[in-house]
Amino acid sequence: MKTGEAVQYDGGNYDVIVVGAGHAGSEAALAAARMGNKTLLITISLEMVAFMPCNPSLGGPAKGIVVREIDALGGEMGHNIDKTYIQMRMLNTGKGPAVRALRAQADKHAYHRQMKLTIEKEPNLTLRQGTVDDLIVEDGVCKGVITNTGARYGAKAVVLTVGTAARGKIIIGELQYESGPNNSKSATKLSECLERLGFDLERFKTGTPPRINGNTIHYDETEEQPGDEEPNHFSFDTPDSQYLALSDQISCWLTYTNLHTHDLIRANLDRAPMFSGVIKGVGPRYCPSIEDKIVRFADKDRHQLFLEPEGRDTDEYYVDGLSTSMPEEIQQKMLHSVKGLEDAQLMRPGYAIEYDVVAPYQLHPTLETKKIKNLYTAGQTNGTSGYEEAAGQGLIAGINAGRRALGKSPFVLKRSDAYIGVMIDDLVTKGTKEPYRLLTSRAEYRLILRHDNADFRLMEKGYAIGLVSDERLAKMETKKQHVADEIKRLESIRIKPKTAADEFIQANGDNPLKDSLTAAALLRRPYVTYQKLLEFIPAPTTALDRQEAEQVEIQIKYAGYIKKEEVKVNRLKRMEAKKIPANIDYEAIDGLATEGRQKLEKIRPETLAQASRISGVNPADLAILSVYIQQGRIAKINPEENSEK
Amino acid sequence: MANSEFDTITAISTPVGEGGISIIRVSGEEAIPVVKKLFKGKDLAKVASHTINYGHIIDPQTNQEVDEVMVSVMRAPKTYTKEDVVEINCHGGLLATNRILQLTIGAGARMAEPGEFTKRAFLNGRLDLSQAEAVMDLIRAKTDKSMKVALNQLDGNLSHLIKHLRKDILDVLAQVEVNIDYPEYDAVEEMTSKLLREKAIEIRQRIEGLLKTAKQGKVLRDGLATAIIGRPNVGKSSLLNSLLHEDKAIVTNVAGTTRDVIEEYVNVNDVPLKLIDTAGIRHTDDTVEKIGVERSRQAIDTADLILLLIDSSQPLTEEDRQLIEQTANKPRIIIFNKSDLPTKVDQAKLQTLVDGDKVITASMTKHEGINELSAAISHFFFNEGIESSQNNVMVTNARHIGLLRQADQALGDVLKGLDDGMPVDLVQIDMTRAWDLLGEITGDSYQDELLDQLFSQFCLGK
Repeated sequence: MKTGEAVQYDGGNYDVIVVGAGHAGSEAALAAARMGNKTLLITISLEMVAFMPCNPSLGGPAKGIVVREIDALGGEMGHNIDKTYIQMRMLNTGKGPAVRALRAQADKHAYHRQMKLTIEKEPNLTLRQGTVDDLIVEDGVCKGVITNTGARYGAKAVVLTVGTAARGKIIIGELQYESGPNNSKSATKLSECLERLGFDLERFKTGTPPRINGNTIHYDETEEQPGDEEPNHFSFDTPDSQYLALSDQISCWLTYTNLHTHDLIRANLDRAPMFSGVIKGVGPRYCPSIEDKIVRFADKDRHQLFLEPEGRDTDEYYVDGLSTSMPEEIQQKMLHSVKGLEDAQLMRPGYAIEYDVVAPYQLHPTLETKKIKNLYTAGQTNGTSGYEEAAGQGLIAGINAGRRALGKSPFVLKRSDAYIGVMIDDLVTKGTKEPYRLLTSRAEYRLILRHDNADFRLMEKGYAIGLVSDERLAKMETKKQHVADEIKRLESIRIKPKTAADEFIQANGDNPLKDSLTAAALLRRPYVTYQKLLEFIPAPTTALDRQEAEQVEIQIKYAGYIKKEEVKVNRLKRMEAKKIPANIDYEAIDGLATEGRQKLEKIRPETLAQASRISGVNPADLAILSVYIQQGRIAKINPEENSEK
Repeated sequence: MANSEFDTITAISTPVGEGGISIIRVSGEEAIPVVKKLFKGKDLAKVASHTINYGHIIDPQTNQEVDEVMVSVMRAPKTYTKEDVVEINCHGGLLATNRILQLTIGAGARMAEPGEFTKRAFLNGRLDLSQAEAVMDLIRAKTDKSMKVALNQLDGNLSHLIKHLRKDILDVLAQVEVNIDYPEYDAVEEMTSKLLREKAIEIRQRIEGLLKTAKQGKVLRDGLATAIIGRPNVGKSSLLNSLLHEDKAIVTNVAGTTRDVIEEYVNVNDVPLKLIDTAGIRHTDDTVEKIGVERSRQAIDTADLILLLIDSSQPLTEEDRQLIEQTANKPRIIIFNKSDLPTKVDQAKLQTLVDGDKVITASMTKHEGINELSAAISHFFFNEGIESSQNNVMVTNARHIGLLRQADQALGDVLKGLDDGMPVDLVQIDMTRAWDLLGEITGDSYQDELLDQLFSQFCLGK
């Protein structure tokens, strides 16, 4: 068959072009467009817009907080999942407020359709199918893109969110073929273009488990995992009244691998690409394939498998926990060895996928590349994994590309502002050797970065950017006011000895009151809830809603710890305020250790705080850097005195 | 946890070991609150700026008085560093001064690095550019030496113990994290409040055990094994006699189990030394050289501290070089003896040869340099920390003691949080703090330590 190339034509000019319409690209394009930019979103396949090629779920620890943060800033992910979930569960309810985590099972097809529809309806946004083969770059500035269909589009800023399509390769046992996620097309030419431009690309690997037909599962041999009765949503806008009754939610099912499964895998390790040397990309430790788990943790006699429904209008199930790149034949045997899956019909085999990543040290915290101006990257392209991580970066890249097009200043979230800030700082400062996933332990201020206060933390920022409406902001401010008023009130009300409250205290094994104490102090006792407290004191003039009451309770009960973290945050902020001049010449600074100098030159941190987080930059290097910067400042103030220098 | 320019810092700002008044200087925004915690007298938070206040320093844990002091309170910006500065003038006994230094660290200040007060003065705009050069030189000079010191400490018993403590805390932290990040992962025991309490109590006991070794009066029961080393005729016996002479209270002359090994005890500036193989020193000068070398090697092996003598009136010999090399990994002080005679060794060269270790110019015959040596020994003991091989582990370094105290308090906060019914993941904030503080002692601050632990210990992920 003869192949040909399209004749190029002028496709017109845009303010912002986003390449790839996965979770990062969708957020980036919507944000840029909603800020008033004429935006083009190009994707290899319109069927893959905001598609979930891996597990059909969103949220969980850390990730769920990111979804709330995206929502507070004016992103779409929270709204989209609230419209399309089939099960909702709050995790870690027995633990402290900072680590509670909302997780939804998504109808992955509905999720895709809903996001596509939202994008289609957005006035400033054009959605077009196509493959970007080349970037238009002049004098180190990105000026547009060229597609496989010959269109040359001009742009003030370009965002690349190409995910695993970047020179993607699927591997199933001995079988290997070029492919993007879920057997979509892969993109080779764009990677070649990035290499030509001098970018350092790395090769990562991720994987997905087999899907099975739900009609062939023996559910009675597995444990049911239903959703929650009590309402919770991701978006701060979704009212409790829209919550799905438990009977309208769809359950997950829990089963386990066994020694037979493990023997099967061990006997066929020579056919596992992970171990036969076929896979060269680096895979994530926190999301290992089943063959990896069995090799690394040989003493475990079983592993959990969660059977998750992929949607409302399908009986396809995702076998969570069985990510694998074993040959299809072995995958079927593995499935059949599991209790409840003896007769399970394989619908799609699991696979590993290798893809290109732009090593993230090449990025500014705005996600603009250091090498090419006006070019931004986000999502898996930057080495992360996970829909939420992608969407969070997509939003920040879209905001910054949009602000560049509008001639506005950059927007950066600090580590103390949001998990999104933690993630991006980790990526650009430390880089990552494996697909990066957010974990609560990555955040040093996690008591402050809670999912319940994402609106308090970020909505004003979203408003300033232009992604949050007046009405939405006003609603948040009212909530904030109610909470503050009630806390003030509880600190002024006194609970007296020999009252009903005192009896309640004693009933819980505490000593009787000698003097009175404030209602706030009583609420700090572990056995007291806000609702219980209201039995002993007058009700507030306006009754608090569920979310407001939760805020009052958290802010009072954990005040001591919150204050401790705030002290740390304030110190960090002062270090962040110490800017390093963009044109600093590290070669000219005497006394830096060689390793420190090299790392500083590679990362080019923007603040002393960021410099302090680079591994290999020691305290003496920081001290020297800090004195050097101050020296430059004095020199600028008194140029004559130092003219001979 | 990187040192920050915004930490409150503390240091003894008068020469160590000299009599009269010693001054501990504290600078930074927490300077007044830090000293206030230790001060019995007027409320320092309320006294006028640039006043001197009479009172006592107390150990807040025991409420015992440590010393009678005058405390100067100077509020920013009219101070040397342009920050709040508090100076504690105490009676100057070495133990008391060190004890107060430890207490300020325990109360939240950080041990200042060399030149750090000056550095702050500069960063806060008090000094001009020419002085900045001097500050940079100071920092630079410090880098090589401090790295070496850190490395030397790494193979000691103390760091071994601390690493164990950190590992045990890390196991607890990892378990808490797994419970949080993988709530559905069922193959790990839930870190309950009860379990966390048991672990915290156990770890705290170990830290308090370490702190006990640091308590005043129990500095060292057996003395710090100290070897006087040098080639024949370099002045070892004169040094020995000088030290014995300096010390008014020779404890004992004990005949050792070995035929001719005699140990003598002296007290140098509050540091008890056990001088080893003094018989050897007295006899080797007239024995065959080979035996002498063999004996020094044994002495070096068993010693906690080496006093190495070099004859400055003669060019360095091969034996001098050998001894310098053999003692390179031990805490040591070099004594450049015979300064009364014309010098034949280039001191700068010698300084490079001994890799920046302390060199003291002395004349044993003229009794010069003994005071400097005594000061150096106590500085070494209290500021850099020497471990005694006899006592297993001894914490003597003021910075270490201060950090251990803070870690102890952090674990106390863990227990208090649990008493107040706080959830495990909040209480963990204090547990993590204890872990960070111990890491500051050993210099371990690898940021991904916890994640590495998590993924190597547990089989995670769906």
